[in-house]
Amino acid sequence: MSTATSTASPMPNWWLGLAARPGQMLAWTLLAMGAIAMMMPLVYMVATSLKLSNEVYELNIIPREPTFENYIYIFKNTRFGLWFVNSLVTSLLVTLSVLFFDSLIGYTLAKFKFRGREVVFIAILTTLMIPTEMLVVPWYLMAKNFGWLNSYWGIMFPGLMTGFGVFLMRQFFAGVPDDYIHAARIDGLGEFAIWWKVAMPLVTPALSALAIFTFLGNWTAFLWPLIATNDRALYTLPVGLASFSGEFLTDWELIMAGATIATLPTLVVFVIFQRYIIRGVVLAGLKG
Amino acid sequence: MRGYAGLTIETKQALTAWAFLAVPIVFFAVIRFYPALESFGIAFMQWNLLSKPVFIGFDNFRKMLGDPVFWLAFKNTFIYLMIGTPLSLLLSFVIAYYLDQVRFAHGLIRACYFIPHLTTTVAMAWVWRWFYQPPPIGLLNNMLNSVGLDAQPFLRSTTQALYAVLTPAIWAGLGFQIVLFMAGLRAIPSSYYEAARIDGAGKWMILRQITLPLLKPTIVFLVVISSIGFLRIFDTVYNMTDNGAGGPLNSTKPLVLYIYETAFRSYQMGYAAAQTLVLFVILLTVSLVQLWLMREKS
Repeated sequence: MSTATSTASPMPNWWLGLAARPGQMLAWTLLAMGAIAMMMPLVYMVATSLKLSNEVYELNIIPREPTFENYIYIFKNTRFGLWFVNSLVTSLLVTLSVLFFDSLIGYTLAKFKFRGREVVFIAILTTLMIPTEMLVVPWYLMAKNFGWLNSYWGIMFPGLMTGFGVFLMRQFFAGVPDDYIHAARIDGLGEFAIWWKVAMPLVTPALSALAIFTFLGNWTAFLWPLIATNDRALYTLPVGLASFSGEFLTDWELIMAGATIATLPTLVVFVIFQRYIIRGVVLAGLKG
Repeated sequence: MRGYAGLTIETKQALTAWAFLAVPIVFFAVIRFYPALESFGIAFMQWNLLSKPVFIGFDNFRKMLGDPVFWLAFKNTFIYLMIGTPLSLLLSFVIAYYLDQVRFAHGLIRACYFIPHLTTTVAMAWVWRWFYQPPPIGLLNNMLNSVGLDAQPFLRSTTQALYAVLTPAIWAGLGFQIVLFMAGLRAIPSSYYEAARIDGAGKWMILRQITLPLLKPTIVFLVVISSIGFLRIFDTVYNMTDNGAGGPLNSTKPLVLYIYETAFRSYQMGYAAAQTLVLFVILLTVSLVQLWLMREKS
């Protein structure tokens, strides 16, 4: 195996480095095989969704007769289209709400001096310690009493603001120089306009990371939407997929098509925002 | 009475701040704190939603002590935790350690390890569930058969099912841990390594004396995050077992699934709330241990 020092001295030419160290070539080969193995469930999911039912149980990755039959069947005979829209709308609305409120709270806690500031901040941080599982029973009772079950609002209300986002945004707004804000105040800008027009554009990396994680978190959420809906027309995609798969238990090609529909948007988000996401994971991990 | 314009700058600031915080304070009070307190109250009630709640003292907790399914779910949750956390951390550290030294196709390889972390858990649970089906349906059994090995029952066996469910959970979490380990490795100054090499330290010595101690914050963070993840496992088990029941014979059922069943399948709200308090205490302990470990260092 290669030594730990190659991090210290980046190779000017990767090929020279590889050729010089057979150990590194072995490490690369093993890593690449592991990477392929990691992707196998996704590869088989997509491959099988494009197969006819008579080919599903074979190991070939490339379908002999690629077909969109399964997708057509799903969109014609089930409510996947509707579930997709439900998931998209609720995830986007929650993301917008989180971006707006968490950054407004984070900004206020970072840039205003007032009595009670620390108390509010600590109280919001405390909510990070309360697990969702402990809240679902009271949330369910609340939603039942107010008639929020089986509605977009019922799916969305628990996530409209998050302690994590407040914490993240407060850290970033703390890094915005006070001079900018004073200058804007002297120019006669209102406090809301200072936040929106001056401070917000300075923290776009944090906002994009928060947006991506909030969207993905809500897109893949299962426990609460499962509890908050029992009307099939209001299922989100994960809840709909679970219910659909339970019914079509032996039609694995249809289930794989459904799983692909539920997964594809997350992969698109990854391909477009790859750099933000990896940086965001590290950022959130280090600050959070 | 003077108008807003007559106030001091400090008062104006405070007023603006509270105006900005008004809606959020109501939200956090009503949607986070009140329900949390309420669940403490419900835990001491007997309540099936049809009749009025009745205060029954510690009966729900007493019932829990004598409930074999609760203890099985408790035990299963700890198996998920005790195997899932160390195994996933060991795997992700080894991968990160070598991936960090690789230049060729680095980004692509990293992406392959990371992508499963972003996928929809429910969708992946169904893909893995298909893999585990008996021959001639399941992919894994077909692979075993094609190399001349016996087919395995996987999800249909009370001894194998838990591990069959744990595998995709570990698979999905690896990418996140690898990315954080690599960031931790990058943050170690190269001068430390150079100095160690000049002193004649070997690979193992450098790993044990420099790399691992300096990675401690990353390791503590990942142990906590991953432990919390395994303690809260639900989506995977619900979707990989028949009727989402955590079978066969409750052999895969974790705490959160039992809470879900108690509350939303048998409508015993009080008993479910009591179980969530147990989960809360366990999760709180894990978080407090993290705070304590991190403080000790700094």
